Amino acid sequence: MNSHLILPVVVPFLSGIILLFFRKNRDIQRILSVVASLISFAVAIWLFWDVKTNGIQNLYVGNWKAPFGIIFTADLLSVIMVMVSAIIGLSTSIFSLATMDKAREHFGYYPLLQIMIMGINGSFMTGDLFNMFVWFEVLLISSFVLIVLGGTKQQVEGGIKYVTINLLSSLLFVTAVGILYALVGALNYGDIAQKIPLVQHKGMINLVAMMFLISFGIKAAIFPLFFWLPASYHTPPAAVSAIFAGMLTKVGVYALYRVFTLLFIHDLGFTHTILLIIACLTMLTGVFGAASQMDFRRILSFHIISQIGYMILGLALFTPLGIAGGVFYIFHHIIVKTNLFFISGVVKEMRGTYYLKKLGGIYKLYPVLGLLFLIPAMSLGGIPPLSGFWAKFAVAKAGILSGEYVAVGISLFVGLLTLFSMIKIWNEVFWKDNNQENAGIELKEMPKSKVFLMFTPIVFLALITITIGLFPQPFIEIANEASAQLLNPKLYIHSVLGAK
Amino acid sequence: MILRRSLVKVLLGLIFLGNAGNILIFSVARITKGIPPFIPGSADTLADPYADPLPQALILTAIVIGFGTQAFAIALFKKVYKNQGDDDLDKLRSTDSMDYKEGNN
Repeated sequence: MNSHLILPVVVPFLSGIILLFFRKNRDIQRILSVVASLISFAVAIWLFWDVKTNGIQNLYVGNWKAPFGIIFTADLLSVIMVMVSAIIGLSTSIFSLATMDKAREHFGYYPLLQIMIMGINGSFMTGDLFNMFVWFEVLLISSFVLIVLGGTKQQVEGGIKYVTINLLSSLLFVTAVGILYALVGALNYGDIAQKIPLVQHKGMINLVAMMFLISFGIKAAIFPLFFWLPASYHTPPAAVSAIFAGMLTKVGVYALYRVFTLLFIHDLGFTHTILLIIACLTMLTGVFGAASQMDFRRILSFHIISQIGYMILGLALFTPLGIAGGVFYIFHHIIVKTNLFFISGVVKEMRGTYYLKKLGGIYKLYPVLGLLFLIPAMSLGGIPPLSGFWAKFAVAKAGILSGEYVAVGISLFVGLLTLFSMIKIWNEVFWKDNNQENAGIELKEMPKSKVFLMFTPIVFLALITITIGLFPQPFIEIANEASAQLLNPKLYIHSVLGAK
Repeated sequence: MILRRSLVKVLLGLIFLGNAGNILIFSVARITKGIPPFIPGSADTLADPYADPLPQALILTAIVIGFGTQAFAIALFKKVYKNQGDDDLDKLRSTDSMDYKEGNN
């Protein structure tokens, strides 16, 4: 038995429950939530090490052998994702200490955060398609509550769009699972992967594949299905939108990676060409959307979309380097994006607004914050030697090797535009002088402890970005291993069902 | 109905669609009559014509989850109606507009 596989789910679950008991006591909640995130982080590192050294691990719940029982399967991609989610969970809970207001804390912000992390980890670890649906719902329902918690006008408005579109996507998902079950009679990933080649109606399999693409695509915010994201992600408080921006769309991307490397690989010419076209359009629309925005977090929201395009591009190329680049990109992107949202939160704390035209002159007052912004921003734009450069480099190289010159050209062009809008933020928020419009708004004085709590996660994430940038070799190797595992579904199937 | 402008109708549409999905799973899942999925004492596996119990388990789970999410959606839509005094989706576009001004969050 590998009971430790269930820890990334159990730790947040238990801490969520314990936190509920202390709803009235704010101090205990704050301490407990950080402790719980630290434990999750330790568990994630342990698990990562285990899978790295011992290969794919399985946990058969209740000792029902696959394909009958519920199963947890951890391959490298899953544990990488669990590890990143632990890093983000930790930094978000520290950042929330400084920025979350009392009312939201009273209404159970911390337990919700833990339960959402449980849902995220569950969908990374599960080895069963229907269970993935259940974990999706766990994380969705807690994210629904988190996005409207506080109940301001903007929040409920953004919330409606978010909730409606996600209910629809879950419906498509469960329908697709049902049809797939009718076709192959299996729910376990390994079992489905084994049985799909035996199905006679290839058209039906393609149909199901497209249903999965639409359903996960809504969650991942790919090209025609992205519109809900910039309408809702900038409405909740900064800490919430940071973890949303970092993790939630990436759960959708993870699901796409899982499904389109393991299950639907029988008709690459059809499925992965569609993915390639979608990837290019996603990159372009995201970055053009961002160019016209004037709100700090809306610009960042649109950039999430264009970055998702890169990850899908890696998947669509379907070469070892492409997938490795995609995995590396996910890792780098989550950290960078969350950090940028944190910084937007700090700016909001200082100035009380996210609107670019009202901001300015922060570099003069807080040069450190300016520098901290530059690290993730330049990394997002792909400037060497930061992490984004290696990620873009890997994906672009994979594209050139497979002869997809148009896609590579688009990705480089989009990189340039990303840089443009990062520089726009830099100019408007940090560099330009305080203008007339905001003369009335004074810089808010903040207590030392609050500044410390806000900057710790930002510095932590920035350090990770720099580390990846300066020493990319180990990270690229891990991504390569993960991609080798993904491209060899036999490994996965054997590990789940036992060698035959 | 999901495309209607009125929030209540959107909600009804979602609920209908949810039920439709469940019934779809039920009907594609090889329903057979009167053959319970029991393994006789002498055999290891099920004899071939049997009623598969798993789709029903799936639907049961999906119904419960659907119930939870729909209850939340109802509560949220009511809150919106209270906040805005209006259930017309066309008027709920402030978070999408370009010159979106900072609210009080």
